[in-house]
Amino acid sequence: MSGLLAYVSRRLAVTFLILLAVSFAVYLIFAFLPFDPATLTCGKNCNDPGIIEANRIRLGYDKPFYEQYWVFIVGLFAGRNYGEGAAAIHCAAPSFGYSFQQHACVTDLIGEALPVTLALAIGALVLWLILGIGLGVLSARFRGRVLDTASTIFVLIGTSLPTFLTGLMLIIFVVIKWHLLPFPAGGYSSPFEDFPGWLNTMILPWITLAFAYAALYTRFVRSQVIETSTEDYIRTARAKGLSEGLILGKHTLRAALAPIATMAGLDFAGLMGGAILTEAVFNLPGLGRLSLGAVLDYDLPIIVATTLLAAAIVVIMNLVLDLVYAFIDPRVRV
Amino acid sequence: MSLLSVHDLRVEFATPDGIVKAVDGISFDVERGETLAIVGESGSGKSVSNLAYMGLLPKGKTKITGSVTLETDNGPVELIGMEPEDIRKIRGKDIAMIFQDPMSALHPFYSIGDQLVEAHQAHNKVEKSVSQERAIELLTLVGVADAKERLRAYPHQFSGGMRQRVMIAMALMNNPSVLIADEPTTALDVTVQAQILKLIADLQKKFKMAVILITHDLGVVAGAADRVNVMYAGKLVESASVDELYAKPKMPYTVGLLGSVPRMDRPHEDRLTAIPGQPPSLMKLSGGCAFAPRCTRKSEVPGNKCETTSPELIQISTGHYSRCHLYEGKTK
Ligand SMILES: Nc1ncnc2c1ncn2[C@@H]1O[C@H](COP(=O)(O)OP(=O)(O)OP(=O)(O)O)[C@@H](O)[C@H]1O
Ligand SMILES: [Mg+2]
Repeated sequence: MSGLLAYVSRRLAVTFLILLAVSFAVYLIFAFLPFDPATLTCGKNCNDPGIIEANRIRLGYDKPFYEQYWVFIVGLFAGRNYGEGAAAIHCAAPSFGYSFQQHACVTDLIGEALPVTLALAIGALVLWLILGIGLGVLSARFRGRVLDTASTIFVLIGTSLPTFLTGLMLIIFVVIKWHLLPFPAGGYSSPFEDFPGWLNTMILPWITLAFAYAALYTRFVRSQVIETSTEDYIRTARAKGLSEGLILGKHTLRAALAPIATMAGLDFAGLMGGAILTEAVFNLPGLGRLSLGAVLDYDLPIIVATTLLAAAIVVIMNLVLDLVYAFIDPRVRV
Repeated sequence: MSLLSVHDLRVEFATPDGIVKAVDGISFDVERGETLAIVGESGSGKSVSNLAYMGLLPKGKTKITGSVTLETDNGPVELIGMEPEDIRKIRGKDIAMIFQDPMSALHPFYSIGDQLVEAHQAHNKVEKSVSQERAIELLTLVGVADAKERLRAYPHQFSGGMRQRVMIAMALMNNPSVLIADEPTTALDVTVQAQILKLIADLQKKFKMAVILITHDLGVVAGAADRVNVMYAGKLVESASVDELYAKPKMPYTVGLLGSVPRMDRPHEDRLTAIPGQPPSLMKLSGGCAFAPRCTRKSEVPGNKCETTSPELIQISTGHYSRCHLYEGKTK
């Protein structure tokens, strides 16, 4: 157990270094983009040189690049003040910067959007894993039979329907035509304040996302299970007289789990960058919408922060996956 | 009545290229406590013929005919055409198997204790602790030291020979009456091979089981078997007691195989080239003897008979059968 702890802390240290490098790279990229960040702070149609120069000094864009980066890093740990005196704006640690267009600290904006995307991604992940693994295993078990054919059709539809179409169709039929669910109020409420309302908001987005992924996972799990079932140790399990259910549920699935976990981890990390279409269709104020808006408005501080966040999630997810491998495969444990 | 009686067993695979007759009408008996060796080159149907009556061949495109009866505690049962759930109850209980590569035959993610216990639990409604005791007992018996501690170990923490010992322990968990060992030593070092063969022989005496030893190495057979069945292209081509076979091999294929037994003065790899040529495709077998294209003595049979007529398995002397035109009409 202490070995595991040492391993995790070593990996966390490495993760921290990687994130530092990523943040530097992101900073570097945006520093050399052919935009004047100070001009961008006052919106698209603004060309008042007074405001621009004032913002340049307030945000530190007049300083050399490396100094800006240093201030950024310090801000992450100690918070940051923009401007001086009574007009100063304070963003508490961890400060990712200040968006002049939204008049808000980036950290606060992310703090509002992150739970939405997290809820969306986790709910969808749980749904599509249950559906994808269940259907995949069943169609591998009953290969070539009716169930397998039915699931092939499901896979075909799921992989070819774009999510925004699935989402729209769900809204049209489930909400508008059949009145199975009340019309979503729009926006997002925390599950801790209004749980039924939260479920009502999230259920269709979950289904929309999960539908597409479940189809992919059904196909993947099916092929993994079929491939694993030709392994020698599966023949051994059968030669021992184990029941087919035990062979499938224990021996085959355990061996197929590692690649499935890899895929799930990376897909989940990808979604955390924001499920832009799904968030747009269901009017969810998540990270996808935040980044999309920022890109359209050239809101640099937000773009830098969401890029960093996406990178951080991928790196952390890789750490989680390595721990999952160690749990699944004893040969990985040292 | 024999313990295991195989009669006219045929196995055909439907493949995209045509029907593969992997096993083409073989019959043999196995008695209690006896060791039957099945030898033959790669692809001759040794594995398939035994997997067939164990219900371990892929279903759907496989056609199995013939009869295989096994004496069980509940009287004789016919294994061919048995319901999957019924044959499952025989597998691992009355007939156990061990395989060639002990690394890939054990599940890499489960401890060996887990895998041993589950073999016992599959056929016995007892507490886990009882199965665990049984596992410790058998691990000790096959020569794994500190069996109790080793239960928690994983297959990758064992050497090849030790893994095969674990496989043997697993096969014996339910005291089977037949043990099928499919090339149990092929993947092992030469020094370990002898130990494993000796272990199987010792356990066979202790448990009074019949052993079917599949190998393509006649060198393995000499000290280990009572009878030898030689297979070629899905057919039985010679069958005799081990002494008789070594002293008076009849079928030229057997003679060739005996000539290819590895010797100290010859590199290991050479033994496959000892019989020139390749086994025939099982898809387009001609009407003649399947071995004819490679046979050096076919000219001794008049009238090109080897190329045109498939020989029958005939008794040459008591308990010695051979499938060869050379010996037709010379039976005693
Ligand atoms: N599922 C299958 N589908 C089609 N052909 C098969 C299948 N399984 C086995 N065969 C064929 O059946 C023949 C006999 O195979 P088998 O495994 O019994 O050979 P073997 O004597 O055990 O050889 P080896 O010494 O290599 O183990 C081979 O030609 C093989 O290609
Ligand atoms: Mg074989």
